[in-house]
Amino acid sequence: MDLNYSAEELAFRDEMRSWLAANLPAELRQKVESYAHLSKDELLRWHRILAAKGWVAPAWPREWGGTGWSVVQRYIFEEELGYAGSPPLIPFGLAMCGPVLLRFGTEAQKKRFLPRIYNGDDFWCQGYSEPGSGSDLASLKTSARRVNGGRGEHYVVNGQKIWTTLAHYADWIFCLVRTDSGAAKRQEGISFLLIDMRTPGITVRPLILMDGAHDVNEVFFDDVKVPAENLVYEEGKGWTVAKYLLGYERMNTGRIGESKRQLATLKRHGAHLMQEQRWRDRLSRIEVELTALEITNLRFLDRMRRTGQPPGADVSMLKIRGTEIQQGLAELMLEATDPVASDPLSVAVRSRYLSMRKTTIYAGSNEIQRNIIAKSTLGL
Amino acid sequence: MNFDYNEEQQLLADSVRRYLGKSYDFEARKRIVAGEGWSAEAWSQLAQLGLMGLPMGAEHGGFGGGAVDLMGVMEAFGDALVVEPYVAHVLAARLIERGGSSAQQGALLPSVVEGRAKLAVAHAEKGARFALDAVQVRSAKGRLSGEKNAVIGAPAADRLVVSARSDAGIGLYLVERSAVEIKPYRTVDERLAADVMFRDTPAEPLEGGLAALEEAIDFGTALICAEAVGAMQFACDTTLEYLKTRKQFGVPIGTFQALQHRMVDMVISLEQARSMACLAASKADAAIDARERSRAISAAKIKVADAARHVSQEAVQLHGGMGMSEELKVSHTFRRLTVLAREYGDADHHLARLAAL
Repeated sequence: MDLNYSAEELAFRDEMRSWLAANLPAELRQKVESYAHLSKDELLRWHRILAAKGWVAPAWPREWGGTGWSVVQRYIFEEELGYAGSPPLIPFGLAMCGPVLLRFGTEAQKKRFLPRIYNGDDFWCQGYSEPGSGSDLASLKTSARRVNGGRGEHYVVNGQKIWTTLAHYADWIFCLVRTDSGAAKRQEGISFLLIDMRTPGITVRPLILMDGAHDVNEVFFDDVKVPAENLVYEEGKGWTVAKYLLGYERMNTGRIGESKRQLATLKRHGAHLMQEQRWRDRLSRIEVELTALEITNLRFLDRMRRTGQPPGADVSMLKIRGTEIQQGLAELMLEATDPVASDPLSVAVRSRYLSMRKTTIYAGSNEIQRNIIAKSTLGL
Repeated sequence: MNFDYNEEQQLLADSVRRYLGKSYDFEARKRIVAGEGWSAEAWSQLAQLGLMGLPMGAEHGGFGGGAVDLMGVMEAFGDALVVEPYVAHVLAARLIERGGSSAQQGALLPSVVEGRAKLAVAHAEKGARFALDAVQVRSAKGRLSGEKNAVIGAPAADRLVVSARSDAGIGLYLVERSAVEIKPYRTVDERLAADVMFRDTPAEPLEGGLAALEEAIDFGTALICAEAVGAMQFACDTTLEYLKTRKQFGVPIGTFQALQHRMVDMVISLEQARSMACLAASKADAAIDARERSRAISAAKIKVADAARHVSQEAVQLHGGMGMSEELKVSHTFRRLTVLAREYGDADHHLARLAAL
């Protein structure tokens, strides 16, 4: 048993650290550290810096720009990004649509979309949830009717998506749509469709969350014509595609690096509270939880490395504990600041507490994650 | 980075599990508990498997093993709820190995390794809770006076390592068990313990004071973290099995989401505790300094204590009335986890220690 990184892995981490120290623009880092809003241009600026370095999509195959790093190296890289305070890499293209096309896309689709995702030329968003279909995603109703005629085969899409993160920035949306309402199993009537956000008939309406931020939207489809070539995989196999994505190896589900940075910030801003036992004990407990999660994450990586198996329901455990810790840190940060202070950080910290409540709801609520573990790990 | 046991560690853990599975099942354990409270036969078997010598140096016939080498064994002990006072014995032997004169070591340690001599540590005193330096037993002119409490394994031990205060501060002493008066009792988890009275009792000094004691207790804490993981693994396994077989309203109760989610949370607690037990054992063996070691072990004990409470309480609750019954092993696992959560310091103690380090 050896909990430490190897000398090579430590050297790799140091290389990442020093590169980030030299290349992460200070104004971006400061914005992230002060919980400020990041514009589309700012998100893309960082994306393009990493793309130019060749590190924006480490998990992709080398021929499409991947780095060939091991799972441990990828984990180290992603945690270092979080720890350094870099802007988030928006996952919809790099970690979702990209992997789907790599696994299920045609050569033409790969050639058309992957380089543009890599370089940040296209901004993607994800069209899954609908007003009546949250956790019960397979009940989705947005319809895509295949028609022949005019300028070739195409689908006509009608319906509504909701909670669509950054749809107001997006050039493209990948959607789960219902292509067969009569399928015996409702999952079999679902298809995976790529839709150009500039197509006539698409309306994006902001949904302002309780922190006042505009991150998510409603997206309406009114007789939207989508070329049939934008279907990914086969018609009626969209659920297979979606399930593949759920099990896709995302190394940073637990957001360890990000939470370590928050913990360090908390210790700085809460320094005046460290003499208070009640406060200090709460901080210590969350630090212990974070340490436990980090080691658990490393255990899973070690197993993945040895077995070559995808992490499966382990990711659900990381998501549950990771988000609970993120929320715990945000809550302590809220309490560390003076309740009546009006300095920008105190104000931002209050907003952030509100915003972080979403983490246990999005990307498969923590209750759904528990269902997944109960079913696939425990056999209940 | 590697979280597996090496081949030797795995082989040892497997052979201990095999022995316990064959000769130390729940029924056999009941007989031991109903009798003397420990089994000479079991002790001798464990010695034959090499457990007494494993953590001792080669010069005494041991293998120089550390906490990581013992993790798999301790998990097996936690699973089987072994009542023999192995950890107390290992800690006492460790203190003698590090602080005994060559004459003391030569006289004692070979018989320890062979499983003939049994040792215990007499440290805790009433009112001290977990404070290491709250020692009132007095040492003067080679004799001890005062009282020690909850000395695990004392009734079965041949010798005791005792902490006592002299004009020079807190020191460690070696005492013949036959030279003291003891009041034996059973702990809540059915182990043999005693209060020990010293009345001008002859004692041989050992080298080492608080720092040696703290190191030994850190080592023991790492061991019981692994023991707790073994006990929690059993609690989770047996509860999951119960959810799948117990039927109410015509269906297995494991089909109810309220219970599924609680079961998942038990497993998450177990896995988080297992991670921290790995950290504790690794740092017990190979920390840069005492501070790093103690910080890691306190952090681990906080998590393990929290998880032990959570998992044991939920295991009983999800078993319903059966979980309360003495007939089911899970109620005994509950008792063991209740004790392990507090042994060598509860979560509050280790939170305070972590903050002070």
